[in-house]
Amino acid sequence: MNKNTQYGTIERNAKIRKTVFRVIVYFLLAFWAFMVLFPFYWMILSSIKSYSSYNSEYIPKFFTDSPTLQNYFDAFGAVSLGRYFLNTFLFTVITTAIMIFVIVLAAFAFSRLDFRGKNLVFTLFLALMMIPNELVIITNFQTITNLGLRNTFLGLILPSVTSVFYIYLLKENFEQIPDELYKAAKVDGTSDLKYLLRVMIPICRPTLITVTILKVIECWNSYVWPRLITDDEAYYLVSNGIQEIRENGFGRENIPAMMAAVVVISVPLIVLFLIFHKKIMAGVSRGGTKG
Amino acid sequence: MDKKNLKAWLYLLPAILFLGAFMVYPLIDVLIYSAEEGYNSASQTYFGVGLYNYSYVLHDPYFLQAVKNTFILVIITVPVSTGLALLISLGLNSIKKLRNLFQTIYFLPYVTNTLAVGLVFMILFKKNAYTDGLVNLTLQIFGAGPIDFIDGPYAAKMFVLCFYTVWVVLPFKILILTSALASVNQDYYNAARVDATPKWRIFTRITLPMISPMLFYLIITGFIGAFKAYSDAVALFGTDLNAAGMNTIVGYVYDMLYGDSGGFPSYASAAALILFAIVLTITCINLMISKKHVHY
Amino acid sequence: MKVVLQNLTKRFPNSNRKIHQDVIAVNDFSFEIPDGKLIGLLGPSGCGKSTTLNLISGLEKPTSGRIFFGEDDVTELPPENRGVGLVFQNYALYPHLTVLQNIMFPLGNLKGAQKLSKEAMREKAFEAAKLVQIEGLMDRKPSEMSGGQQQRVAIARALVKMPRILLLDEPLSNLDARLRLQTREEIKRIQRETGITTVFVTHDQEEAMSISDMIVVMKEGVIQQIGAPQEVYDEPKNLFVAKFLGTPPINVFSGELRENRLWIGGEAILETRPLPDQKVKIAIRPEGFIPNENGALTLDLVGVEVMGRDTTVVSRHPDCENVEIRSIISSEDRLSVAPPKVCFDIKPYKTFVFDPESEERIAFVKEDMNG
Repeated sequence: MNKNTQYGTIERNAKIRKTVFRVIVYFLLAFWAFMVLFPFYWMILSSIKSYSSYNSEYIPKFFTDSPTLQNYFDAFGAVSLGRYFLNTFLFTVITTAIMIFVIVLAAFAFSRLDFRGKNLVFTLFLALMMIPNELVIITNFQTITNLGLRNTFLGLILPSVTSVFYIYLLKENFEQIPDELYKAAKVDGTSDLKYLLRVMIPICRPTLITVTILKVIECWNSYVWPRLITDDEAYYLVSNGIQEIRENGFGRENIPAMMAAVVVISVPLIVLFLIFHKKIMAGVSRGGTKG
Repeated sequence: MDKKNLKAWLYLLPAILFLGAFMVYPLIDVLIYSAEEGYNSASQTYFGVGLYNYSYVLHDPYFLQAVKNTFILVIITVPVSTGLALLISLGLNSIKKLRNLFQTIYFLPYVTNTLAVGLVFMILFKKNAYTDGLVNLTLQIFGAGPIDFIDGPYAAKMFVLCFYTVWVVLPFKILILTSALASVNQDYYNAARVDATPKWRIFTRITLPMISPMLFYLIITGFIGAFKAYSDAVALFGTDLNAAGMNTIVGYVYDMLYGDSGGFPSYASAAALILFAIVLTITCINLMISKKHVHY
Repeated sequence: MKVVLQNLTKRFPNSNRKIHQDVIAVNDFSFEIPDGKLIGLLGPSGCGKSTTLNLISGLEKPTSGRIFFGEDDVTELPPENRGVGLVFQNYALYPHLTVLQNIMFPLGNLKGAQKLSKEAMREKAFEAAKLVQIEGLMDRKPSEMSGGQQQRVAIARALVKMPRILLLDEPLSNLDARLRLQTREEIKRIQRETGITTVFVTHDQEEAMSISDMIVVMKEGVIQQIGAPQEVYDEPKNLFVAKFLGTPPINVFSGELRENRLWIGGEAILETRPLPDQKVKIAIRPEGFIPNENGALTLDLVGVEVMGRDTTVVSRHPDCENVEIRSIISSEDRLSVAPPKVCFDIKPYKTFVFDPESEERIAFVKEDMNG
């Protein structure tokens, strides 16, 4: 019986420890969730406070009684936010489309076709993966400037339409398709191009979606290259636009309007993320490298 | 056979063209630039070849400041973000309810525009004529005086930069570590539990070795990423980072290239190559350490 | 250590969220494991045998019911305090540790007065390794070993801390056929030598029958029958148990009890004790057939397979549930076959009669026919 009571204590202690542990874990997780969400809350809140009420609050309020959309009109009116938006959209779509085209062809050649020098070329490609963007951007800046492509879409897009890493990712995926399918298609008289379009691309759609998602995020948030290559507002992307707003503002320091602009340029990706969050997270964990 | 070769090269042509023009050529060119002394962008002339550009850069106080800033940033954010990500992932892995919700929330910063959200951090930390800013008001509750995090003392500015950097890089690390932890076979934990293994021992002897490949991957990419820090700093302190004393090495490269202080591609190239050398060295050291400690 | 399971029930929420009814993995399970015996939990996959094992180890908590180790109620006790050794189906050896480190791992968890020196731990690890005969492989990593060797390491790791109870989850399922035979003898030997009460789970009836002191046949979380292997084989309580044990499987016919006789089709095959007339299922073990030209049961012959000392007669019958009836007779017996028919007499003690609805056994044997 003595042993039984001892068990009772062990059981009770184990239970208490488990509960305490659980409470701590949930508390910490909730705390970090708060840290992540708070800036978003704050930017939305600030964006719907009126200019005067924002500036009169020495201690900022955590809610507002009189929400206004005026800041959004300011953001679109005082600076050409719509323009930046359209530019970014075009830049993202065109860059991603060309990149997919380029990497699909290259990955197909590496995975499916036999040609002299294949291994050598592929090794060279892999070696290029180690080259940081910062190293080549200097010459690219000079090249684009010398070609007179500053402040053009061409200048914005051209240097970002290839990615060795994505070629590699896609090639690995293509290679997992069994040879038998290719042979069967050959026997049926299917051309290489048709095989690529009808068989390989549909099978590897998940990888292509991953690559597309990653590229879209990258394009939407790109800042450095557009900043170097554009000084004409007509070609600003959202990142540069937001920096421009920050430096030169709306004539005066209008934080609510600035926050409205921030909300507007953050929304597309966040909406995209909320819809496709499973796909995006799976994709990033397979092929993401940011950090 | 020849036709086959031709076709393959045709498929590769776009990739080779783009890579050749925007990666291989620049790579060679940057070496040349870095060696051309007194290069003038406007006239595209130079007077000599040598190591003067490197020497100039290494003696430039702005560059030294940038190196110092970058190193501090790396030394603080890489361990902090990796440790925090590990802690959060362990927490996530030990719960069932709300797990997906938390995971989704934690990932949110990954898809947001660094520049845009940086502005929010700026106004949270900034002290101006109207208000001390939310962070300062919170600090006041604990009796700490208002500090200007954006235009104030160096340590305060560095703190904000590190904080924001950690905030930005955590989503990716949490995601990778959570899936690494989830892929550890539950049987190992069950076996350890049946053997009455204490929690800490489970963590150090089972969990850590099992996820060590992913952990080292994160540490290596984390170092590389942190050395390239730039846009976080721009978001918080504006484009004139030299004036704020918060420039990074990458920032220095761009400033040399373009903008008010720009027009010196040679200096930019030398600085970029120095950065590359630093990153390469650190990565090699990391790889050597990981070889020793990653078990399989 | 005696283990008593009392009215043990485990429900899981249904993984299909639309169905709100819980899945009952183990249902009102009561049974006593005698000290120092080797017990086989046997059943088709999904019958709750692994859950039962997890309940004993404490990795899962029962929804209701109690578990006793000896006199101690351990129902609420976390697994780390139960002192059980557990061998996993995939062995769960730590891949980054050597064999020695793996076996020493549980010893490193001991605290306070039980704490051992490094030398003592090594010594114990080698003792356990010797028991399973892998003392020559102590510096290898699990990935450098065969499945059978890994299995031994896993057993050594479970034994090294002298568990009160040893639990084995499908210990042989990842081994090839030859190794399986060898390893099961090994398990039997180790259990004998250590005298530790051992419970193992398997879906392979041959495996369970060959090494267990006692088997527990389970179906859908409910115990069907408990007993010594031969006893369960000879006296199955219901049709499920009869069908589950034995290779080749038992032959099941739809028949009838009429006028104190057993009928298959139009033939009376055996006399019975006085019983009410009803439809029944009649199950006859493959070894329950005696070849006889004028036998009671006539079957359509398909073929004869002679394999060493046994001959298998393959035949069909319209009232048989099995596609083919397999009857095993000694090769020495003269088989007079008159294709397309073959006739047998039936051994009453190799024949079981079941109620077609409840599938419970109906004792039919006349006293004087026994033996």
